[in-house]
Amino acid sequence: MTDREIIETINKAMQDEFELSPGAMRPEAQLTTDLGLDSLDFVDMVIVLQNAFHMKIRDEKAIREIRTLGDIHQFVLNKHRELAAKSDQTTTDNRGPTT
Amino acid sequence: MTLRRVVVTGLGVVSPIGRGMPALMDGLVAGKSGVVNAPALSVIKDIRSRVAALAPDLDGREIPRHFRRSMSKMSIYATLACQEALLQAGLTAEHCAGGRLGVVIGSTIQSTDAIEGFFRDYLTTHAIEQMRSTLFFQIMNHSCAANVAQTLGITGRTVAPAAACATGGQTVGFGYEWIASGKQDMMLCGGADEFHPLATAVFDVVNAASTRYNDRPTMTPRPFDRQRDGVVCGEGGGIVVLEALDSARARGVPVLAELLGFATVSTPDSISNPSAGSMEECMRLALEEAKLRPEQVDYVNAHATATELGDIAESAAIHRVFGHSVPVSSLKGHLGHTMAASGAIELAATIAMLNGGRLIPTLNLDEVEPQCAPLRLPRQVESVSLRTAVKNCFAFGGINSTLVIRRDTRD
Repeated sequence: MTDREIIETINKAMQDEFELSPGAMRPEAQLTTDLGLDSLDFVDMVIVLQNAFHMKIRDEKAIREIRTLGDIHQFVLNKHRELAAKSDQTTTDNRGPTT
Repeated sequence: MTLRRVVVTGLGVVSPIGRGMPALMDGLVAGKSGVVNAPALSVIKDIRSRVAALAPDLDGREIPRHFRRSMSKMSIYATLACQEALLQAGLTAEHCAGGRLGVVIGSTIQSTDAIEGFFRDYLTTHAIEQMRSTLFFQIMNHSCAANVAQTLGITGRTVAPAAACATGGQTVGFGYEWIASGKQDMMLCGGADEFHPLATAVFDVVNAASTRYNDRPTMTPRPFDRQRDGVVCGEGGGIVVLEALDSARARGVPVLAELLGFATVSTPDSISNPSAGSMEECMRLALEEAKLRPEQVDYVNAHATATELGDIAESAAIHRVFGHSVPVSSLKGHLGHTMAASGAIELAATIAMLNGGRLIPTLNLDEVEPQCAPLRLPRQVESVSLRTAVKNCFAFGGINSTLVIRRDTRD
């Protein structure tokens, strides 16, 4: 997935789950004050993101630092890169000796 | 202690024949049936009944997501019915927040849909990864009452009694007692339920669900009819605003009826079978509290669900108390059995009948069951002045309840 596709996936998942208008999906939008989310919504937001990207994030410390929609974008992008790097490493490790 | 007089100042419904009191009464007068063939029932192996009385398709988006997220369908029905009833009663957000207005709303069980959704995942994964934060709020036993209180900003007492099909009758009765004793000035009373195929299955397995009219759904249920074959499960929400008479007078709002008496009794004879003796006792106790003689009652709105035993037992009980001259009808023929909502929906319709001067007959009653005691069962809409009425609600669990109402407050 490209960064743009990741951001679009996040925005669509958030819009569908929390009935948000496309116009509200600005990176600087505060999740609580601008988008109206509360602590219960944060729990469901994690489930929505896990389902959208097939990754476990519930226990990630960085989740607790998320305040804006842009923070979610950045968190998922970082997580995506981290997983991609691990995957590359695993592929290299499994390649084995060539001679 | 001097008991305060209690009146009705607002009504609200979501029923299988429409949302709102005007749709309900127009449908009842027109002889409309809310029963349809329900495809959802075909997924259950071996079930024989394929009919249900479904509420109109409401997505509830007029309720803000913040409140709606913790609601299953039954809470949406209850909330919309409450909003209609509050509007008619002229009660505002200020009244809701004042501590003198409470909520007493129950359901038969919690949302089976919500539970099924959770277990569909859990029984496969044995993990809680997919458990939404709001699941519990949809399945807790006081879900309807709590969701209504949250949405409407109600700070008075919030209570959720459950007595299956007698829930709607009991909630109105309890609200009446709390206002009469001065604990609250106003109460939103009623019940709500949502259809799930397993509700029909429950009646099907005990041979109490309608099975012979799957291809002619509007011809069932058939209360008091010789060809009746059981219950048609339904859904909806019914709400009655009860208020102290002095409060209603001080606010200058119209009184729709006075609640004169309430009784609820149980019969330990059987958890499933009706008891004519207990039904009779319940009606006599309610009349005694209302200080009315049976001949002073103009109409009985029966519980009659079209089961083989229940209609016969209720007819016997009504006959013993009232004889054969008082008109009796059941609205289950139009509405199916809306379970916990039925008592309040049918009470609301009865109050509208008193105020409108029109008696609604039993839909699908063509030939009276010969084993029923002789009752006056009207066959068509009658334009008639009705002042007092009795509403019966009987339930699995051996629970019976009766309410007595009068159109006006003249002694």
